[in-house]
Amino acid sequence: MIRSQESGVGDQESTRRRPDSRLPISVPWLQALPLAAVVAIFLVIPILTLAVVSFWDYTDYDLIPTFELTNYTDLFGSWVTYATYASTLRFAALTWLFTVVIGFWIAYFLAFHVRSKTGQMACFLVCTIPFLTSNVIRSISWIPVLGRNGLVNSALLGLGAIDKPLEFLLFSDFSTVLSYVHLYVLFMVVPIFNTMMRIDRSIIEAAVDAGATGWQIVRDVVIPLSKPGIAIGSIFVVTLVMGDFSTIRLMSGGQSASVGLLISNQLAYLQYPAAAANAMVLLAVVLCVVAAMMRVVDIRKEL
Amino acid sequence: MSRRIVDMKPSRRSVLKGAAALAGTAVGTGAVTGFPTIWAQNIKDVTLRQFGTGVSAYNDIAVQVKKDLGFTLELAALDSDAVVQRAVTQPKSYEIVDAEYWMLPKIVPSGNLQPMDTKKIKLFDKIVPIFTKGEMPNGKKVALQGTAPIKVSYLNGKDAKTFSKTPTQWFTLVPTIYNADTLGIRPDLIHEPITQWKQLLDPKYKGKASILNISSIGIMDAAMVCESLGEVKYGDKGNMTKAELDKTLKIMTEAKKAGQFRAFWKTFDESVNLMASGEVVIQSMWSPAVAVVRSKGIPCSYVPLKEGYRAWAGGLGLSRALSGLQLEAAYEYLNWYLSGWTGAFLNRQGYYSAVLETAKQNMTADEWGFWMEGKPAQGDIKDPFGKVMEKAGATRDGGSFETRMGAVACWNAVMDQNKYMVQKWNEFVAA
Repeated sequence: MIRSQESGVGDQESTRRRPDSRLPISVPWLQALPLAAVVAIFLVIPILTLAVVSFWDYTDYDLIPTFELTNYTDLFGSWVTYATYASTLRFAALTWLFTVVIGFWIAYFLAFHVRSKTGQMACFLVCTIPFLTSNVIRSISWIPVLGRNGLVNSALLGLGAIDKPLEFLLFSDFSTVLSYVHLYVLFMVVPIFNTMMRIDRSIIEAAVDAGATGWQIVRDVVIPLSKPGIAIGSIFVVTLVMGDFSTIRLMSGGQSASVGLLISNQLAYLQYPAAAANAMVLLAVVLCVVAAMMRVVDIRKEL
Repeated sequence: MSRRIVDMKPSRRSVLKGAAALAGTAVGTGAVTGFPTIWAQNIKDVTLRQFGTGVSAYNDIAVQVKKDLGFTLELAALDSDAVVQRAVTQPKSYEIVDAEYWMLPKIVPSGNLQPMDTKKIKLFDKIVPIFTKGEMPNGKKVALQGTAPIKVSYLNGKDAKTFSKTPTQWFTLVPTIYNADTLGIRPDLIHEPITQWKQLLDPKYKGKASILNISSIGIMDAAMVCESLGEVKYGDKGNMTKAELDKTLKIMTEAKKAGQFRAFWKTFDESVNLMASGEVVIQSMWSPAVAVVRSKGIPCSYVPLKEGYRAWAGGLGLSRALSGLQLEAAYEYLNWYLSGWTGAFLNRQGYYSAVLETAKQNMTADEWGFWMEGKPAQGDIKDPFGKVMEKAGATRDGGSFETRMGAVACWNAVMDQNKYMVQKWNEFVAA
């Protein structure tokens, strides 16, 4: 995942090397074939199937292949769709905000304050340890901590800080966002750390020589040069939150909806075509969000 | 969500023992007339894959089947929605489906259920008449609101995909377990008698109530509440009109927005945890979940309510794909299921079983008195796993079988307006 400065330089050299012109024209096509086949079988065909099924009709126990727009008109005609998208986008935005702030500073600390390479790797591995367990377990483990009779409430009650348990801690927007941030912050740390490691240290020395303060260096040198990392991390976090259906159910106590949960409910009720339509719309929305991010930061150019 | 698979791998010894036991059973019951030896030798190779809701998927049953019948039973437990989904979409992935009666209007039209021949069910006449005649053993008619089992018990013929209103030779499910559901409460945290469904929405319990988020069951609890409040009058709670659904869910949505509910639950374990941790003090609940909370030493009661119970029932059905030896084994399994061992096993957890006479023979007089007759326990009442559930002197919440099942107001159901109901329920959850 982490490319050091050296390998970055190596990459640039290899792109400069000219392709061997004696190779027959078919070779690059053949080389691309395995990946193209994998993408076609596991991505393109399923999405096309989804698109087709989204126009089908259904009953409680049967799918009826036909072409009608009911699934889409139902979807766009219901306020639930808009409310759910609004709430999902809100969770995505809040989670993004917290992960970007927290992730940036963790990466900054690792890249610039931990001096030795070994130290950096050690700290980085420590960051990843909680991620060796499953998402669901990491969500569920918040419940005994935040519950009415949980650790936090008992501690605060014991200290005399509150007279009755804080209800907002669990089964609320608070617990949902907390859990998302906990789950996804690493996806922000890794790419930001990666880009920070590639910042030429002599630029920072030059800034220091020119009399820049620490804060000015962060604002005018580190942040602009970390933008690709921030953008990649943001894409990870936003798409993960937009597609989530398990964390939100556990942490909101089943009382908040997300688009993913809506789709999973429709699948449970055998409403496959409606779920497919919903998935197509979600896909479009997420692609728009990602496209918007790419407009702000041109990842290809800056990487 | 919660999915557990119990795979019974037979040991050589248990296979031999099973075959011997089977030979005994077979001779005793006369099941083997015709092809005795082949049947006895092949039966041990038969595997029946059964899936259903977690409530009756006990490994102990699979172990006992191996012991008594010799063949292998593989159990898989899924949540209710997933059971319907699999029964309808993957008919080749199971031999036996352990479905609930409300699922039948979805499963039967798919043609994946094989009508069973009542003539091959030996104790058919002994099955509680709720399922065969639509009445209690004492002759009292059972409520018909919702998907009452009698409405979906009989099929029109050997290959039928439609239900028969009158008894025929073709049956859908052999009942396994059924019960009357009501509200569970924490009597240590609630300081007043709970006697009506409407108390679920009492502002006193703001932020401490819960309802189950399985739309087809949750909507019925919601209807019991709204009827009890006097806000909505229903023609048939199990088959509501659009207007009735709108009114019901409007009341529930207002309560949700006012913060009445702490959480919604979807699985058995979630309901136990919510209650045991004190997050919730009043909620829709299932009887064995109450028993589990109580066995942790936490007070929990299953209160009988003035408006009556919401009942449900499950049963074993045969996959359309079953034939030959496997089909014979499946019938053998169904007959065994009714013969008493499982009846007692299930009754001891607070469920009711299909054939009461045989279950009684497998229970002590004290157990029978406590679970079925509403009598105070003489000694400690233990669950099938030997854990003490109730101390001597305790009585069952709600009383006897006749009192509890006799007070059923409606059955879990799939409505004609199911699509609309699901849509409205999603709105309620998203609100």
